[in-house]
Amino acid sequence: MAQLTREDVLKLASLARISLSDEEVDEFSEELSAILQYVEQLSSVDVSGLAPTNQVTGLTNVMREDEVIDYGYAPLDLLKNAPAVQDNQLKVKRMIG
Amino acid sequence: MTWEPIADIAVKVQKGELKAADLVEKSLAAIAENESFKAIITTTEKWARERAQAVDGGDNQGRLAGVPFIAKDNFLVFGAETTAASNILKGFNAPYQSTAIERLETEGAICVAKANLDAFAHGSSTENSDFFTTLNPHDTTRVPGGSSGGSAASVVLGLAPFALGTDTGGSIRLPASFCGVVGYKPTYGLVSRSGVVAMASSTDVIGPLTNSVADAALVLDVMSGKDALDATTVDKDVSGYVLDLEFDIRNSKIGVIKEYMGDGMQPGVREQVEKAIKALKDAGAEVQEVSLPSLPLALAVYYILCPAEVSSNLSRYDGQRYGLSYPDAKDLDESYTQARETGFGKEAKRRIMIGTYVLSSGYYDAYYRKAQTVRTKIIDEFAAAFESVDFLLGPTAPMTAFKIGEHSNDPLQMYLTDIMTVASNLSGGPAVSIPCGTADGLPVGLQLIAPQKADRVLLAAAATVEGILG
Repeated sequence: MAQLTREDVLKLASLARISLSDEEVDEFSEELSAILQYVEQLSSVDVSGLAPTNQVTGLTNVMREDEVIDYGYAPLDLLKNAPAVQDNQLKVKRMIG
Repeated sequence: MTWEPIADIAVKVQKGELKAADLVEKSLAAIAENESFKAIITTTEKWARERAQAVDGGDNQGRLAGVPFIAKDNFLVFGAETTAASNILKGFNAPYQSTAIERLETEGAICVAKANLDAFAHGSSTENSDFFTTLNPHDTTRVPGGSSGGSAASVVLGLAPFALGTDTGGSIRLPASFCGVVGYKPTYGLVSRSGVVAMASSTDVIGPLTNSVADAALVLDVMSGKDALDATTVDKDVSGYVLDLEFDIRNSKIGVIKEYMGDGMQPGVREQVEKAIKALKDAGAEVQEVSLPSLPLALAVYYILCPAEVSSNLSRYDGQRYGLSYPDAKDLDESYTQARETGFGKEAKRRIMIGTYVLSSGYYDAYYRKAQTVRTKIIDEFAAAFESVDFLLGPTAPMTAFKIGEHSNDPLQMYLTDIMTVASNLSGGPAVSIPCGTADGLPVGLQLIAPQKADRVLLAAAATVEGILG
C-alpha cells in the first residue's frame, strides 16, 4: 500500500523539477497517497495471457519520405516565443560547470 | 442567442443572403453580453473580422462559409494567445495553427474566441483553470463540467454555432452533459492533434460541441482524416460523416451497460436515462443489458496512464523555449524549477508527481505496464460486447452539474466524475453525449458508445436517438 512520506514527495518534486512549499509537501503526501491507493486496485486483477496495449488503433512504424518539407516558417518565426535567442538558436544558462 | 443549423448558415453565406462579417459581429456581441459567465479567455476579434472580410470577398466559400466558432484555449490559433488556461503559457503566441483549425478555415469557418478550460485540460469543472471558473449557464452556482467547460457553456449561451473541445478522459462529453449540448468524441486518431497542447497522448482526441448531432457530423467531416503532422492519424471513412444514412432503429440492437446503471447514480439521472431507454424500445429497438465486468477498473487504469503521459508531456515547459521564464535564476536548474513552480497550478503538479512516481524505476511494471495490460482487458470486453449489439448506451455521468467548490478539496472525488467516460478513451472508440431531459432543472446526458472507426454509424444512430428523445 503506497503511503508517500514527506521525503518521497520531496524526491519526486526534485525529479520533476518542481519546488514545493512545506504546506504543499504535507498536502501532496496525503493526496498522492490516496490516489495511489485507489489505482492500486489493479494489482489484484488477473491479466494472464494479455499483452499491454501500446497503440490503441494498431498502428506500427508510420513512415514518411525522408525529404525536407518547406512549411514556410523562418526559424525566427518559430523562435519568437523564446526567452533568449542567439544566432537562430535558443540561448540557455551554462550547462557544464 | 440562437443559430440556425451550420450547413444552412454556410449555404446562405455562399448565396450572399448572409454576410460573414455580420455573423462574426453577432458572435462577438453575444460574447460581450455574456461575459459574466466567464466562458471565454480571449477573443480573436481583429483576426476574425479580417477573415470575415475575406470570406465575404469570395475566399473560402466552403461548407462552413462564414460560420463563427470558438476554440478551447489549448488549440494553437492565429490572432490570440494560446494559454491552455495556464500561467506558464501566458503570453504564448502560436507561430503556426493546429491542423483542425486550418481545415475549418479552409472551408470558411472563422474562429472568434478561445474558451476557458481546466489548465492543460486537467479537470472536470474548469475550477482548475489558472485564471477563473466558468459558470454553468443553467445555474451559475454550478460548474459547467470540464475540461472543455468554456466550450460547452459557449454553445448553450449561443456565443457561436459550435465550439471545439478535447477529450482525454471525458472532457468533451462531461461538459456537454452538464450543459445540455451535443459533445462528440471521435475514434482516436481521426482528427489530427498537431497544434493542440498535449495532455495524455495515447487518449487525447479532438471533437466538436454543438447544438445538434447533424452539426457535429459536419464539423467532424471537415476536421477528420490523415495528417502528415500527426503520425497517429487514421483515414476517415470513405463516405464521410455528414448525416446521409438512415439509421434503422427497428432493426437495431442496443446494449445498456450494466456497470453504468448501478448504485451511485443520482435518482434524477437514472429516471431520465430509463425514460430514454423506454422511448428507444417503443421506437422498435431491441434493447438488452450488457455486462463489461472490467469497466469499473477503467478509472484506475486512466489515473495511471494519464498522469504518466502528462508528466512526460509537461516536461517541455521548462522556462527555456517558450512560456514563463526566469532569466535571473542563478543557474540552469533554478531556471527550470522556478518556471515550473510558479507556472503550474496545483493539479498539473499533482499529475506530474503521480506520473513521475508510476514511471520511476522499480514501479514501472507494477503501475504503468499493469495499467496498459488491464487496458487490453477492457478493450477485449468492448469487442465482445459489440459482437451482439450495434452500440452501447448509458449515462454520460452519474450526476448532473455539481456546485462550484463541491469537489475542489478532494482530487479523488473530482476524478470520479469521469467514471463513465474514460473507458472509451482507453478503447479508442467513438462516444457521444446527447441531451436527455433534465433532473431538478439541470441537464442530463445520454452516452452512446461504438467500436473504433464506427463514427459514421454512431453519428447516424445518435441523430436518430436525438430525434426520438425530441
